[in-house]
Amino acid sequence: MSPISMTVNGVPVSAEIDPRTLLVQFLRDHLRLTGTHVGCDTSQCGACLVQLDGAAVKSCAVLVVQASGRTVTTIEGLAGSGALHPMQEAFREHHGLQCGFCTPGMIMAGLDMVRRHGPFLEADQVRTELEGNLCRCTGYHNIVTAIIAGARETAMPATRS
Amino acid sequence: MFAFTYHKPGDTGLAVELASRNPDAKFLAGGQTLIPTLKQRLAAPSDLVDLGALGDLRGISVCDEGVLVGAMTPHEAVASSPLMKAHIPALADLAGLIGDPAVRQLGTLGGSVANSDPSADYPAACLALGATVITDRRRIAAADFFLGLFETALEPSELITAIVFPAPQGAAYTKFRNPASRYAMAGVFIVRGTEDVRVAVTGVSGDGVFRWQEAEAALATDFSEAALGDIVLPAEGMISDMHGTGAYRAHLASVMARLAVRRMGVSPWPEQPL
Repeated sequence: MSPISMTVNGVPVSAEIDPRTLLVQFLRDHLRLTGTHVGCDTSQCGACLVQLDGAAVKSCAVLVVQASGRTVTTIEGLAGSGALHPMQEAFREHHGLQCGFCTPGMIMAGLDMVRRHGPFLEADQVRTELEGNLCRCTGYHNIVTAIIAGARETAMPATRS
Repeated sequence: MFAFTYHKPGDTGLAVELASRNPDAKFLAGGQTLIPTLKQRLAAPSDLVDLGALGDLRGISVCDEGVLVGAMTPHEAVASSPLMKAHIPALADLAGLIGDPAVRQLGTLGGSVANSDPSADYPAACLALGATVITDRRRIAAADFFLGLFETALEPSELITAIVFPAPQGAAYTKFRNPASRYAMAGVFIVRGTEDVRVAVTGVSGDGVFRWQEAEAALATDFSEAALGDIVLPAEGMISDMHGTGAYRAHLASVMARLAVRRMGVSPWPEQPL
C-alpha cells in the first residue's frame, strides 16, 4: 500500500492505496466521482479525461500514485453545484451529445483546446484536436459546434446576452 | 495488472540504484505505453521506478552540439517549444504528430526512445539527425542505439537523461498514421546536410527504424522527388499485419519520402499534418 494525498476539485484528499490503482479507479470507486467515464480498456477513447495540474490527461493511463501531491479537476469540479460551466452549457445549447457517455471527456478536451489555443477555434482545428476522443453516436458535428461556441463563452462570458 | 512495488526517487542516482537492485524493475516515465501494457498484463515488473519527481530531466535548451532535450520532456513541450521550432522545426512537427493531445501531455522523449517501438516516431528523428543519447553513465550515438524490435543498447538499469539533436540545414518528417493507434504505418524523416542526405524510416521494418541508403544516395545526387523515381524498399522483412502487408508499407515509405522532399522544397509548408 502506498500513501497518497492530492487535491481533487479543490478538496484535499488522502488515502492508503494499492499502487496498481489507476487515477480513474480512485476517482470513481473511492471518491464516487462517477462523472469521469471509462469507455475502453486500451486508453484510446478519451472518455476518462481529467485535468492534472490544469492539463487534460487520460486518467486511465495514470497511476493514482503518480498524481499524488498534484491537483486534479474532474467534470464535477468545473462549475458550482447546480450550475453549468460555459463549456457544459454550450454542449447543452448546441446539443453536442446523444447518449452522453463521451461528453465529460469531450468537455475536458474542449477546455484543453482553450487552454492551449485560446478562445477562437476553427472547425478543422477542433476536429484534429479531437483525435483522442471517440463518440459513437453523433458523427461529431454538434460536438465541434459546441466546443467552438463554448471556447468563446469560457474566455469571454460577457459576449452572451 | 500484476502487483509491483512502487518507488518515486527524488534524484537520478537513486533512481538508477533502485533499478539496479531489482533485475525486473522498470522505469516509469510518462507511462503512456507502459501503463496500457501493464493493464493488459503484457508486462510484470517487480518494481516501478517513477521518474516523475526528477525535474532536472525536463526541459529544452541550446548547447554547442545542437538542441538538448531532457528525457522526461513531454511531447507537447517539444511540439510547442519556440526554441525547437526555431532550430529544428521538423522535430517540433514530429512531436505534435505523436498519439493525441492527452497522450502528448504525459508521454516523454526518453520513454519513447527507450521503448524503441518499431512504429514510434522519435527513433526516426534520432537516426536521421544523428542524435546522441545521453545516459546516467555514457553517451551513445543514435546509430549504435537502436538494435531492433523493442531492443536498444541500454544496459539493465541504465537511464536516459537527455538527447542532443544537431540542428540540420533542412529537415522534414512525414507520417502516414494508423487511424486507430496513431502510430506510424510509415514515417520518413529526411535531413539535408551540407555534405549528405539522411533518410530514416520507421513503422515499416520488422527490425525497427533504419537508414534507407538507396534513397539517401539518390537524393545526395539530385534532391528532388524525381530522383526517388523507382526506388522501392523490398517487401521482405517489412511489418505485415492486419493493418497492411509488407509490400503496402514499403510502398508507403516511398510515398512518405517523396512528400517529405516536396515539403522541404515548398514554402510555406502545408499546414495540415499528413
